[in-house]
Amino acid sequence: MRLERRTDAPLHLLILAPLTAVAAALVLAAGLIAVAGVNPVSAYGEMLQGALGSRLAITEMLTRATPLVLTGLAAAVAFRARLWNIGGEGQFFVGALITAWFGHALALPGWAGVPVLMVAGMAAGAALLVGPTLLRLRFGVDEVVTTLLLNFIVILFVGLMIEGPLRDPLAFGWPQSVPVDGDLRLPDLVARTRLHIGLLFAILAAGLVWLILARTVFGTEARAAGLNASAAAFAGVSLPRTLLGVAVLSGALAGLAGSIEVMGVTASVTTTMSPGFGYAGIVVAMLAALHPAGVVAAAIFVATIFVGADAMSRATGVPSFIADVIVALCLLTMLVALLFTTHRIRR
Amino acid sequence: MTPALELRGITKRFGRLTANEDVTLTLAQGEILALLGENGAGKTTLMNILFGHYMADSGTVRVFGQDLPPGQPRAAIDAGIGMVHQHFTLAENLSVLDNVILGSEPLTRLRSARAEATQKLVHLSRKFGLPVDPEARVARLSVGERQRVEILKALYRDARVLILDEPTAVLARPEAERLFQTLGDMTREGLSLVFISHKLHEVMAASHRVAVLRGGKLVAERKTTETGPEELAELMVGRRVNRPVRKAAAPGAPVLVADTVRVDVDGQTQLDGVSFTVHAGEILGIVGVSGNRQAVLGAVLSGLTQPSAGRLTLGGQDAAGLSPRDLIRAGVGRVPEDRHADGVVGDLPLWENAVLEHLGSGEFSRRGFVRPGACTAFAGDLIARYDVRGAAPDTRTRLLSGGNMQKLILGRVLAKKPRFLLANQPTRGLDEGAIAAVHAELLKARSEGAAILLISEELDEVIALSDRIQAIVKGRLSEPVAAEAADPQRLGLMMAGVWTEDAHAS
Repeated sequence: MRLERRTDAPLHLLILAPLTAVAAALVLAAGLIAVAGVNPVSAYGEMLQGALGSRLAITEMLTRATPLVLTGLAAAVAFRARLWNIGGEGQFFVGALITAWFGHALALPGWAGVPVLMVAGMAAGAALLVGPTLLRLRFGVDEVVTTLLLNFIVILFVGLMIEGPLRDPLAFGWPQSVPVDGDLRLPDLVARTRLHIGLLFAILAAGLVWLILARTVFGTEARAAGLNASAAAFAGVSLPRTLLGVAVLSGALAGLAGSIEVMGVTASVTTTMSPGFGYAGIVVAMLAALHPAGVVAAAIFVATIFVGADAMSRATGVPSFIADVIVALCLLTMLVALLFTTHRIRR
Repeated sequence: MTPALELRGITKRFGRLTANEDVTLTLAQGEILALLGENGAGKTTLMNILFGHYMADSGTVRVFGQDLPPGQPRAAIDAGIGMVHQHFTLAENLSVLDNVILGSEPLTRLRSARAEATQKLVHLSRKFGLPVDPEARVARLSVGERQRVEILKALYRDARVLILDEPTAVLARPEAERLFQTLGDMTREGLSLVFISHKLHEVMAASHRVAVLRGGKLVAERKTTETGPEELAELMVGRRVNRPVRKAAAPGAPVLVADTVRVDVDGQTQLDGVSFTVHAGEILGIVGVSGNRQAVLGAVLSGLTQPSAGRLTLGGQDAAGLSPRDLIRAGVGRVPEDRHADGVVGDLPLWENAVLEHLGSGEFSRRGFVRPGACTAFAGDLIARYDVRGAAPDTRTRLLSGGNMQKLILGRVLAKKPRFLLANQPTRGLDEGAIAAVHAELLKARSEGAAILLISEELDEVIALSDRIQAIVKGRLSEPVAAEAADPQRLGLMMAGVWTEDAHAS
């Protein structure tokens, strides 16, 4: 038995790949649920019910999907150019921190404040990825290591800030930052729910990212550099400039996710505000085969797992950590599935 | 006597492509059989089936009368088949001995029996006239020596049938002749050999019998003494292909001038004292055996590597230190050595590859946005003008054959009317038809006034196309000789570096 490269990847395989991967991950996770002493079918039923079973559930799920779309786009853009940005989590947090700080300290009117805070969050996220990218370009330092480890540094730094200079004095000792001003909160998309207009920004961002990748000189060069760096360089594409551009775009998207999460949901920053949005963004991007439209769909799927797992946990007692397991399994099964879109088994 | 090897009715398909169709072939003991065919004729597939790398869809392989179980390289090795690949599979950081015994020892043994192994290796190397130092590190060996190690590796595993895949691709002519002599000696010691090649004069020089493959089928078998290069060429290609002929023409003004250029890569001098001049309407051929730093010369003229010393001028202006994009803008066209690695991005559609070099120009983009209409129109134009077959603008470039990919690369360069054209190994791996097409395009560009630097390992090609020829040996260039004064013998000696000794003698 051996793997042979396919000459071409038919479209139906590309669509089938994530579906098969998800199904395989759910089957594997079903084993764990059974070990926890619960019937997997009823557990998954609770999960679906909890994520999609009511108007409120759906809005909760979409609220959770919003940052995932953005961190998923961040990973997709970077991975397309073979820039292995594993630092979405850190970029999310610096975006969130800057937003909370500026949103509290600068007395901005709402109509101007929201865009200013978004740009600030994007700039912070971009800056955090530009550093590791420069290190890679200048010294060949592996960005997988630097971006991953920066996540921990950033989260500890956020902890330092919310225990110190940015501590909210009105939070009764609860470790959270000062909140953004009330008129800098994003308006609700659906009344009396947590769903805010950030979802529209995220979908807009997906459209823009598609436009940039598919239709601009920069996007074409970034894709070429990712698929075959030496041919791109031969054709005159400046790899350093292209990679830095990609780093700015990718970091900005993850920073925007943090910024929007603060303005739309949490108002202030805590070290627990993200259930791993940055890391889950990597899974979202992979499930989407790095396509912006797929990112929106994959983010909704992952959000369904996250929100549904909470409900399942309440109903059945299976720990909600099963969500992390399912999402991680999806990444692994998707990597296997992607292999089969480019290769076939021969006996 | 039982034949050493019998292939019966071998058929192998990859999807819709039939790589081998009902091939039946025997190799007598003590015989050298040349397997002749163009790239893509199915030679390598056939040998991979024989060696168990692939499984045939139908057909059988017998070695010394015994059926060989399909798809098991181990079984092929045990039956006495050895393969010497075109690209060496040696671990450079290990010694010759280590490389030879690697994989032949059981994993469960804690100590390797080096003394015995050395003895066996030395014995084999004497018996077959393949001198090597068992303790030498492979990284320090020349290509000729490395090839000997590859052959010894097979012999050490008690190979009685040896398959050599394009063994002369990396050898200079004197080394190749020495190899042919060794092959003859080996058959006298009882070995049987299959020798894969697409070069006619080698087949004539080295084999007892020739089998010609074309389009996956065995089209002819001849005794070498009863055939000639003309007949074999026609059998191999299936028709008469006439390569275009260069007509003498007076060259114009100098376009690209290199004056004692030195190039250091990672502190090591790769090119030294390189001087040449390419005039408008002239093809300057740089001929050399593979691995004599042609790649570095190509990289410098492509803008990927910068000279460390010396002068490089384009149309009288300093051209050292220009990036690929600067060079493209200055009217330099470049055809890279490795079309898959550097020429195209295989997973992008043809039209994006067609315009990638010029994407930033106003023709194909406006305010940073690509103009797909203009790009696909340009790509469609290239496909038509340069006869890129089986392709549309949105075809994935990976799916093009080597010849059509090369026509695309050449077309995207020539469509911009370059004043200087670098053509680095422009016909490597192409079939006769595609070679003739590429030659015709190069000669056409020459007649339109382009200055062309042709870097090639194919002696015939350089002689046919070039107005003047320089040899490259270990990163140094010989003095140019006029094409009229160059014959294969003289150039063969130049490629072996004999001119350097001449210079010392005089």
